[in-house]
Amino acid sequence: MLVRIAGPGLAITYLSLLVLLPIAAVLSKAFSGGLGALWSAVSQPEAVAALKLTLLCSLGVAAFNSVAGLVIAWMLVRDEFPGKRIVGAIIDLPFALPTVVAGLTLLSLYGPDSPFGVDVAGTPFGILLALAFVTLPFSVRSVQPVLVELDREAEEAAASLGATSAVTLRRIVLPSIAPAMLAGAGLAFARAVGEFGSVVLISGNLPFKTQVASSWIFSLSQSDDLSAAAAVSILLVAIALAVLVGIGLVRRRFNVDESI
Amino acid sequence: MAIYKSASWTRARLLAASVPLLAIPTLLAAGPASAASGNVALVAYSTPKPAYAALISAFNSTAAGKGVNFSQSFGPSGTQATAVVNGLPADVVNFSLAPDMNKLVKAGLVSASWSQGSTGGMVTNSIVSFVVRKGNPKHIKSWADLVKPGVSVITPNPFSSGSAKWNLMAAYGAQLAQGKSKAQATAYLTQLLKHAAAQPSSASNALQTFLSGQGDVLLDYEDDALYAQRQGEPISIITPPQTILIQNPIAVPKNATNPAAAKAFVSFLLSTAGQKIWGKQGYRPVLAKVAAQFSFPKPQKLFLISSLGGWTKVNKVFFDPQTGVIAKIEQGLGASTSSG
Repeated sequence: MLVRIAGPGLAITYLSLLVLLPIAAVLSKAFSGGLGALWSAVSQPEAVAALKLTLLCSLGVAAFNSVAGLVIAWMLVRDEFPGKRIVGAIIDLPFALPTVVAGLTLLSLYGPDSPFGVDVAGTPFGILLALAFVTLPFSVRSVQPVLVELDREAEEAAASLGATSAVTLRRIVLPSIAPAMLAGAGLAFARAVGEFGSVVLISGNLPFKTQVASSWIFSLSQSDDLSAAAAVSILLVAIALAVLVGIGLVRRRFNVDESI
Repeated sequence: MAIYKSASWTRARLLAASVPLLAIPTLLAAGPASAASGNVALVAYSTPKPAYAALISAFNSTAAGKGVNFSQSFGPSGTQATAVVNGLPADVVNFSLAPDMNKLVKAGLVSASWSQGSTGGMVTNSIVSFVVRKGNPKHIKSWADLVKPGVSVITPNPFSSGSAKWNLMAAYGAQLAQGKSKAQATAYLTQLLKHAAAQPSSASNALQTFLSGQGDVLLDYEDDALYAQRQGEPISIITPPQTILIQNPIAVPKNATNPAAAKAFVSFLLSTAGQKIWGKQGYRPVLAKVAAQFSFPKPQKLFLISSLGGWTKVNKVFFDPQTGVIAKIEQGLGASTSSG
């Protein structure tokens, strides 16, 4: 009884303190200079270049990791191989590793002194690499439970009726896991647009070339232009939100319970 | 470092506009302060961290410093100043450049007379140096060498790093010192930024980037370069013929919870004994008699930020992120790369 009454109230208070209030604070800061100042902050050439780069890289990484995440999740669910449990545990490491350490490590492995001769430092590929690293757990973990639950009898039935494995994948498997893949892609995208620590070292941070939005925002905050920093942040949050809502709408077409 | 930076930026941003959250650090600060534990909260920029380890242990062995505990926070200068303005408790603040101290003056946290002391409010000096690969394979000797074909430079992003501002003002002032006009000096800055292979977000990120193998020359604080060399990094340090004298300010904020111990610590840092330790750590002492005991390289021409109009003017003219000279240069370079 107590839980039923106090539960929602506590949850809403917690959510407000933790998420809504800070977002509202950024929002009010963004509008503190008026609409004109907000527009000039988000339309400044550096901001436009950084936003474009960030959104393109984030979209690319979300799409790529959806496929890579599916392959890895499939391997973890359907295949038996030695060390499977270890691989399963490794997937979450990008979450645990401090992003600045991730950035340094990626720079030493895929920078000018790369032991494999792969140098992507100071290029958009470096940004893609860092974003792919930090967002991989989202892509794997969102499809994995669905694959576990997936009814294998339907696949076997399709096969016994003469469907090739490609057809089975397209007609039976993909429709079931597509909503989960989309959800994973949405989370990966939202994480990628705001990522700072892992990206900023390997990107080279060159304005107009490899400077991501979070780094431009950081520059603005360091230059004491907090309202411009908040304005660009709000635009990023709005875009991430629009993408997540859009994905929610698409998921509906798959008749998925929205609360999941 | 970067993770701390982003964390405290978020904190600053959240605190800035939300009153209930503002009260939290203040309440937390009230706890340890009321207990007479002799705790001093030191808030400083990143580079002097190793020096402070030596200085605090030396201070603790003096009569005034016996039993004084320190809580230490290090991070990019601008971030640290913003954090203190937004409620981070501080008994001693040490920044990389005066404008960050002035943020605290503006917020009413530090007296406007902070720069009135015998050392002008400064605790250490340094210069902008060239860091090159060991043995200087590209024969970098002068500012002109940095903009030769095939030479790439690492200097932090001037909008996020105080160190980068020192670097670019050193470059600009060096041109004037060679008899060039202001227009020629600005043209030199354009050339220099064109040769920038990376503009990392902070001085420490810039050093990491250079040590990872990128770039031929890193513009850096002399003390930071000396530290990297002591750590065994394969670098050589070149003193430019003309460079700027870096001056790092220190103060005890008005709302310090332990002002007596804080002032005693600052006096120690400015004493002969304290300045000797700074010197050994690669900083140029602010006391002439201590500085004379060290043999730091002497550039032909060493100039002050005041000779370029002082930080207030320089910040406005050069480093405004929308209208500053540097913003215009970056925009020009950005436009030329996207159209060509």
